[in-house]
Amino acid sequence: MIGAVRLIYEGAFNLFEGPMRWLQRSLGTQRMVWVFLLPNLLIFGLFTYLPILLNAWYAGTSGDRILLGDRPWVGAANFATLLDCESYLNPNSCRRDLFWRAVHNTGWFVVLQVGFMVLLSLIAALILNRNIPLKGFFRAVFFYPVLLSPVVVALIWKWILQRNGVLNAGLDWAGMGTVNWLLDPNWAFFWIVFVSIWANMGFYVLILLAGLQAIPSDVYEAAEMDGTPAWRRLFRITLPLLTPTLLVVMVLSLIRAVQAFDEIYVLTGGGPGSATLLLIQYIYDVGFATRPRQFGLAAAASLMMAGVLMVLTLAQLAATRKRGEDG
Amino acid sequence: MFRWIIARRGRERFDLTDWMAFGFLGFGVVLMLGPVLWLVLSSFKTEAALQEYPPRLLPLAPQFQDVAGFDAPLQRFAVTGGEHAGRELVQIRRVGLNAQMIDPADPDTVLNVNIADREPVRAVEIAQENYTTVFTRFNFARYFWNSTFITVVATVLTVLFNSMAAFALAKYRFTGRTVVFVLIIATLMVPPTVTLVPLFLVVSQMGLINSPWAVIWPAIATPTGVFLLRQYMLTIPDDLLDAARMDNASEWRVYWKIVLPLSAPALAVLVIFSVMWRWNEFLWPLIVLNRSEVFTLQLALNSFQGELQTSWANLLAMTVLTLLPITLVFAFLQRFITQGIAQSGVK
Repeated sequence: MIGAVRLIYEGAFNLFEGPMRWLQRSLGTQRMVWVFLLPNLLIFGLFTYLPILLNAWYAGTSGDRILLGDRPWVGAANFATLLDCESYLNPNSCRRDLFWRAVHNTGWFVVLQVGFMVLLSLIAALILNRNIPLKGFFRAVFFYPVLLSPVVVALIWKWILQRNGVLNAGLDWAGMGTVNWLLDPNWAFFWIVFVSIWANMGFYVLILLAGLQAIPSDVYEAAEMDGTPAWRRLFRITLPLLTPTLLVVMVLSLIRAVQAFDEIYVLTGGGPGSATLLLIQYIYDVGFATRPRQFGLAAAASLMMAGVLMVLTLAQLAATRKRGEDG
Repeated sequence: MFRWIIARRGRERFDLTDWMAFGFLGFGVVLMLGPVLWLVLSSFKTEAALQEYPPRLLPLAPQFQDVAGFDAPLQRFAVTGGEHAGRELVQIRRVGLNAQMIDPADPDTVLNVNIADREPVRAVEIAQENYTTVFTRFNFARYFWNSTFITVVATVLTVLFNSMAAFALAKYRFTGRTVVFVLIIATLMVPPTVTLVPLFLVVSQMGLINSPWAVIWPAIATPTGVFLLRQYMLTIPDDLLDAARMDNASEWRVYWKIVLPLSAPALAVLVIFSVMWRWNEFLWPLIVLNRSEVFTLQLALNSFQGELQTSWANLLAMTVLTLLPITLVFAFLQRFITQGIAQSGVK
């Protein structure tokens, strides 16, 4: 096995060495930089930067044709359609009520999911940072669901939550009666928040744990010597020193929560009705799943979302830099 | 009040705070692993056992028996009360609160038994056919291959292209270096989810719709990968590279024979990320892969759960097979993966 890998590694080297030598001779050593950068830059150009430009064009045109030449220019009409609301607080008063329903749902989802997930991850990380037996095992268990694919996660929970599933059987046994979890709007929303916390929490536990372990232990020893009570150590030492990491965790989870789609789409499909419809699914539905495809509306919605994400990412970069400086 | 969360355990005491901590962790373990174990256990149950309510923990299946004169096999019950207590009968039909039952040895005498007085006869039955039909009827091997192809090819190209760019950014001084670096890192701000429509145009104009390359190409340049590798390569001393150049090594040789082997730990982390990203990817393949021959595992699972609302047996087996590879990788590389993620802080 290792021998085969080595053989392939050597083979690949020999394969590229001739052309690369020739390039270096004809371009000069200094220009080789661009040879190394070229594949990456080409892909970023073609699949990231070109789409960003095109997205603006799509947002300003209408029709169900994908080719830009076939699409009539309508200016800001798509934005006007999406933003046409009597009251932004009431999705039913909007022309595109589903878009605003998705905006509201996403807002609630982000607040609840990020809030509870960061809190639970913090508690788990603090406990795992104690000097307890089986630490590695517990850490691995919390992290395991992070690796599962969203589709698998959704199916695992669908199987538990189904009408004749194990959760209902348990409640039945305890004499509490059964609930049709995914067909009740409020419960369905609860479960998308719950499942996405379940699936992602371990990742943030890991990052917080790394942050905790970076806190020098002599600070605690000094505090202990002074007889500082435990809760005071938590609020006066641990949390202040952990703030940069907490900030990173919050911003990262915010960015990901705004883009939540996979698990939720498979678990509820946005239903019942539009109770769990989130923004990305709205864009997918409007632009790809339903005919006629309304690429213009989808692009306009994406553009607004991109604005929010850009702000969040800049915040993340700032937070990461701060963490780097502090630690 | 918060002591149980943070207190450090004394040498010999195992106090209340330790119990609370373990309570939290124990509950966490049940909540995190329980659902997965339940899925695995369920996947070995026969369709009949899956339909049962309330469900049983172990794959115990109700038993049926062929009886002369009846078209379908009849379910076996042990009678626990009433006048026929102690006998084992099969049920012909249920009428209200009573069941009409017969003794297979004496099929002509119909006996009436109250349904509260009987218990289904069960036996452990491991339904391997759940797994075998996944391959024979559902073309599982095809989807597995599609997913594997995309994952392997994309990962090889990701590591190659990202390490080349990282090498250039870490080991050369040239005009425009900062601009290039910022241009690459800035793509963090534009995840593919916000450029779905134009990305679809680009990929469809390249004629890639319904080809695995539609998933591979847009994915193989990653800002996280470049950043991760560049940070690592910065720690490799330049003297090593210069010494090789003195010996007339080409830039390609310097990169391939010196920098790459020395960056192995960072490359391994990127490999793990890339495998995870590609194997689990869902939204983009959902948009560009529409024909079932090119479906990835995730797409196939999704489309089956739409079609096979009632056939949980196959769906559960398929789900287990999909989570198996990642679980195996994790079991062997657990420590490595968790450390890699904690250090780089990306996912």
